[in-house]
Amino acid sequence: MRALDKLWQALDERLELDPIVEFVAHKVVPRHRHSWAYYFGGFTMFFFFVQVATGILLLLYYRPTAEAAFESVQFIVTRVPFGWLVRSVHSWSANLMILSAFAHMFSVYFMGSYAKPRELTWWSGFALLGLAMGFGFSGYLLPWNQLSFFATQVGTDMVSKVPFAGAWLLKFLRGGNEVTGATLTRFFGFHVAVLPMLTALLLAGHLAFIQRQGMHVPASLEEEAKKRKPIRFVPNFMLREGVVWLLGLAALAALAAFFPWELGIKADPFSSAPAGIKPEWYFLFMFETLKLLPAHLLGIEGELLGLGAFALGGLVWFLVPVLDRGGRVGRRSRAFLALGWVVLAYIVGFTFASFAGVFK
Amino acid sequence: MRAANETPAVSRRTALNWLLGTSLGATVAAALYPVFRFVIPPQVAEAPVNRVLAGKLSELPDNSGKIFRFGSKPGILIRTPTGEVRAFSAVCTHLNCTVQYRPDLQHIWCACHNGQYDLQGKNIAGPPPRPLEAYKVDIAGDDLYVTKGA
Repeated sequence: MRALDKLWQALDERLELDPIVEFVAHKVVPRHRHSWAYYFGGFTMFFFFVQVATGILLLLYYRPTAEAAFESVQFIVTRVPFGWLVRSVHSWSANLMILSAFAHMFSVYFMGSYAKPRELTWWSGFALLGLAMGFGFSGYLLPWNQLSFFATQVGTDMVSKVPFAGAWLLKFLRGGNEVTGATLTRFFGFHVAVLPMLTALLLAGHLAFIQRQGMHVPASLEEEAKKRKPIRFVPNFMLREGVVWLLGLAALAALAAFFPWELGIKADPFSSAPAGIKPEWYFLFMFETLKLLPAHLLGIEGELLGLGAFALGGLVWFLVPVLDRGGRVGRRSRAFLALGWVVLAYIVGFTFASFAGVFK
Repeated sequence: MRAANETPAVSRRTALNWLLGTSLGATVAAALYPVFRFVIPPQVAEAPVNRVLAGKLSELPDNSGKIFRFGSKPGILIRTPTGEVRAFSAVCTHLNCTVQYRPDLQHIWCACHNGQYDLQGKNIAGPPPRPLEAYKVDIAGDDLYVTKGA
């Protein structure tokens, strides 16, 4: 311990660590009946860390070409010691990360925490969720199997409907006119270099905003939060969050062991899309909606109308801190509360209905 | 000599800022232009394919279909229940998936979003907005040749 003390002293002498120590010692998390919602952000970050660690491991064997990608993943899961575990944890953790991010987003939304002065936190969080979905979409293609090939075909084709820039974006994403090995190599680059860099930057901002402003307490819970003693961040809240992380780790281990992620069959660009094809669950609500839309609606092609509506919905969701004027003074309008419930019911309803096979 | 209260139309500061700003803008543009060009791959010179040997008549029983390669895109050969052979582009007009022949429906079907086309390639159900592009089929003995732009 004396050695550690000395090291600390030496660092303190040079870097003046007092303000940091002071800040950490005084950092608290408010306590009220919805305090549980404060764990989701950290929980999402935990899965992100797992993604970084398992992703780096997969990089040791994965080969990003149309000829070798499928075989390299096959090699990982069948021959490399614990390869099945690393790959399955990577896939499961990706899904749980998105699930946790959604829980985080909706809990923040329903507590009205997006309102001034926390707009930037909402916007950086929105962008982080977008990046997470980008990770999911690009990572889905990397094993180069039949399902991922057609999912990428459809997903990139949607991008081509963007006004003006569509054709350019399509070529940029596909690395050509079709989904080929060039697309795979590109998606690999996005997945392991571009998206991680952007995520690290945004995550740093997102966390910095929270440190600067502290946790938000909804107006309706202020009384309660004032009465109860807040939780000290170090060590009390950290230890509790640690327990939640351990639960997450246990869930990952169980899921990976009992439900190993399928590899499917190798992509063949000259075969038909297989029956029963569907995207990852977090795209299901959009997927099913697009299936329900007729070829033409109000004189416009159905899918254009659907994609336009999703883009508009996303924009409204993004702009909620500006649109919900009452939120700034702690009086959120009922309309926005209702909007949150409608969006949640729509996403959850369509996702479950899709799993239950309601849509043929 | 200039009068003390006379100010030039453009101050030295404004002119300098403008020069600096445009130089900086030009530098950024000069760096970004190659990046924008780099991310779009060059067109690979491909001999335009107008006619391919798509399959054998003997391998295509009545009420069945087969995907064939037409240049860089997939095409679909179908043999109707009455024995006629037809060919279409296999690229679904909805969102680019590859369609297949469904003997049970006696239709062309896309698995991605449940789009359906009849035996003329016309979109009849589901989200596809346009019919499939039709090709011309020539039967030479047992060989099926498909020609574009028929």
